[in-house]
Amino acid sequence: MASLHHSSAVKAAKVLMVGAGGIGCELLKTLALSGFQDIHIIDMDTIEVSNLNRQFLFRQSHVGQSKAMVARDAVLRFRPNISITPYHANVKDSDFNVEFFKQFNVVLNGLDNLEARRHVNRLCLAAEVPLVESGTTGFLGQVTVHAKGKTECYECQPKPAPKTYPVCTITSTPSKFVHCIVWAKDLLFAKLFGDKNQENDLNVRSSDASNSPENGEDVFERRDNENIEQYGRRIYDHVFGYNIEVALSNQETWKNRNRPKPIYSRDVLPGKLNHQNGNVDKSCATDDLSSVSTMASLGLKNPQDVWSLAENTRVFLESLKLFFASREKEIGNLSFDKDDQLAVEFVTAAANIRAASFGIPLHSLFEAKGIAGNIVHAVATTNAVVAGLIVIEAIKVLKKDIDNYRMTYCLEHPSKKMLLMPVEPFEPNKSCCVCSKSPLSLEINTHHSKLRDFVEKIVKAELGMNSPIIMHGVTLLYEVGDDLEEDMIANYTANLEKVLSELPSSVIGGTMLTVEDLQQELTCNIYIKHREEFDEEKEPDGMVLSGWTQAPLEKKDDNKKLVGNGGSTSTALPTEGQKEVELVEISEETEISGKKRKQPGISGDETNNHNEIQKLDVVDDGEDDLVILDQCDIDKKKKKRLQ
Amino acid sequence: MDGEELTEQETALYDRQIRVWGADAQRRLSKSHILVYGMKGTVAEFCKNIVLAGVGSLTLVDDRAVTEDALSSNFLIPPNENVYAGKTLAELCCNSLKEFNPMVRVSVEKGDLSRFGGDFFDKFDIVIVSCCTRMTKKLINEKCRKLSKRVAFYTVDCRDYCGEIFVDLQKYIYTKKKLDENNQPTTVECELQYPSFQESISVPWRKLPRRVSKLYFAMRVIESFEEAEGRNPGEISMEDLPAVLKLKKELCEAQSMNESHIPNALLERLVMGKREFPPVCAIIGGILGQEVIKAISGKGDPLQNFFFFDAMDGKGVIEDISPPNV
Ligand SMILES: [Zn+2]
Repeated sequence: MASLHHSSAVKAAKVLMVGAGGIGCELLKTLALSGFQDIHIIDMDTIEVSNLNRQFLFRQSHVGQSKAMVARDAVLRFRPNISITPYHANVKDSDFNVEFFKQFNVVLNGLDNLEARRHVNRLCLAAEVPLVESGTTGFLGQVTVHAKGKTECYECQPKPAPKTYPVCTITSTPSKFVHCIVWAKDLLFAKLFGDKNQENDLNVRSSDASNSPENGEDVFERRDNENIEQYGRRIYDHVFGYNIEVALSNQETWKNRNRPKPIYSRDVLPGKLNHQNGNVDKSCATDDLSSVSTMASLGLKNPQDVWSLAENTRVFLESLKLFFASREKEIGNLSFDKDDQLAVEFVTAAANIRAASFGIPLHSLFEAKGIAGNIVHAVATTNAVVAGLIVIEAIKVLKKDIDNYRMTYCLEHPSKKMLLMPVEPFEPNKSCCVCSKSPLSLEINTHHSKLRDFVEKIVKAELGMNSPIIMHGVTLLYEVGDDLEEDMIANYTANLEKVLSELPSSVIGGTMLTVEDLQQELTCNIYIKHREEFDEEKEPDGMVLSGWTQAPLEKKDDNKKLVGNGGSTSTALPTEGQKEVELVEISEETEISGKKRKQPGISGDETNNHNEIQKLDVVDDGEDDLVILDQCDIDKKKKKRLQ
Repeated sequence: MDGEELTEQETALYDRQIRVWGADAQRRLSKSHILVYGMKGTVAEFCKNIVLAGVGSLTLVDDRAVTEDALSSNFLIPPNENVYAGKTLAELCCNSLKEFNPMVRVSVEKGDLSRFGGDFFDKFDIVIVSCCTRMTKKLINEKCRKLSKRVAFYTVDCRDYCGEIFVDLQKYIYTKKKLDENNQPTTVECELQYPSFQESISVPWRKLPRRVSKLYFAMRVIESFEEAEGRNPGEISMEDLPAVLKLKKELCEAQSMNESHIPNALLERLVMGKREFPPVCAIIGGILGQEVIKAISGKGDPLQNFFFFDAMDGKGVIEDISPPNV
């Protein structure tokens, strides 16, 4: 590393940046200033207002435009003579194949989700292009270098499981505000405004009791003779009043718990809804649906205020009303979106009313939005620091200065006097099926599990493949692609519904399956072991994949169940769309300079680990969905994912 | 706090960072006034960070004209002579910074910083100086210290792949989160007493812990050389290296410190690489931004009282260089 300045290696380099968000803006600027001349940048996102506090290449007037394009134009203003090629596209598009990646000397990630990170990792391995990976949350950040065969790949170590909650905690025994949020967002909101045909556990208690006063009619359907307010009050009384009464009737549940209190709208809000400011009709007149807001309609100003039960009740009824008055067409197709003001208002109010019922402290809309939208904490300074570190590593990669590659942690609280802590990269994990092509083994009941279960839970969720081909010997069992013959598609569709042992080429204990993703150029061999029984609580998928990485250790919080404890890799690998906020504590004694990685502990909580080195693999932005896991003995035994 | 609420516009814009430091800290930020001197790459990075964060006002002082050096790592100045001709560094940076956040007042003050009186510095909460002589650093620091209100003082400099931050928060009281004996989070109040720049650099070297960053000593040697020769910061070249090495020897002898504590190779890098290295500007400007945000919000442990980064080993280290009695 004799010289890092504008060397010929930097000038001649062709680099690919993936992501033009918080880290991306800083990175593009620092690359340009450091003398890089040929930069390609991929980002599928458009600019939002909440980006502007840190994504400094963007202005208010750019809201709605492509991040990659605007970032390019902004950087060319101070470095007009370099070449920046923007792609307003998803890095997973088939255009960005191994051939595409091969043209670059180094790939730099500033991504916001695990799925894309895994995808880029595989393409970099296949194209043999080194990857510099990064992530930040709040004041914490991390930069790592991945070079095939020399350092561990992005997937050599387990990623933590998504935060999941037992269904019964959500439906009947919430003890934290987040449980109320999950209930309001994934159950109530989904039931009222989402796809009616989706399975939903909202009524699990009352329908089990089968003494519903509505005699089988769908409580959540609006009746013909009902006005919106009557409908809203009926829903309110059903979910916050009646359902709680039904739940209370089960004495067993409340033996060691505080009994919730039923809440009825007439007790909280006896009169009719009245508006302090504006009204429904006025809101209806506006063309911009996103501007419809209960807070505006009710004259509530500060999103940081914690509303009273009465205020929450008014917001609940008013937002329901506004959905029907001004967004009726969307009802039935809505899914929760943190940028949908009305949806956030409804979910905040519903969660707070439920919290009041269960004696859980209420929260402001601002806080509720953060929890419901899983909003990542992000500041400009950490992104700037991380971008600087990425460029330093990128230059080392270009100079092939392998001995000096470092992974660097940005800490919030100094450890051994260090705020920026470099660590030698770890060696590749010999049992990593991604970079070491190590075979996997899968315990599964071949007489019960269908090929569909295998495709969804193993191939897509755990192996992170987008366009898989599944082969048993030379027999193709399943394939995804644009150019398939119709009879093939029919054949594969039929296979999906068959149990493994009854497939055209029977998959039983002892079978070796080959799973391949042509775009990622990744092939995994999976040895099938037949197993009759699975622990419904610990192995809810009914299958256990092993041989890759060890599962993280145990959970910390009783209320938080990690998916599949007990040696399954399902614990290690978050499913698609899962945002990672991974904080792996490495205890003080851990030898951080050694190249062999010790098994780190995992913390699902980002707070209070301040004196430890934290490994985080996080994102600057992005969304998440919480996974609800059926754990109650009386509930159906299956894992469910709710939007 | 004082009950004044953030506007809807502020809450929307600052949403992600309010989730990091809270609405209270955001309100304090929006009422803070910051002065910077020396508009090179590192300070440009810092200014970007602090304008995005939403401080009340930022005042820039730097009457120098644009040079190739100044352009090399400063993304605030378009490299177009038609744009920069006839304007000072501060004016050019001001124009760009204003665009980053319409809610922050960015302005330029002309003149020689070392001639400004106490009443000038009294208008600010934070004063940051960069690329100035040791004399100027001491002078401004003392002026800030004489004021009745507490004005935080920082110096920041980057050379080659190295960066240095000095912090003087005087007597500083802040809160931090801790776990109590029942493992419940609580807030505790802490107090720190900082030495001035003069007091810090006067601490005899042999009294410092053995493993103090070599960069600390190397930066002092360069500083001493520039002062003795009457140079402006950065007015140094390879031809000066023998004289710098000679000065190092003398200083080490006077301080009874082994010469090997300051590697010649490091001094050579600092003499040769007077130009800033953009990734280091981003890192040092980021850390400084973070520290200033902490100092304004009164939340979290601030660094005491030097920070060093060297891209060659990748370490970002905090050193406490205080006289024993402070
Ligand atoms: Zn690997």
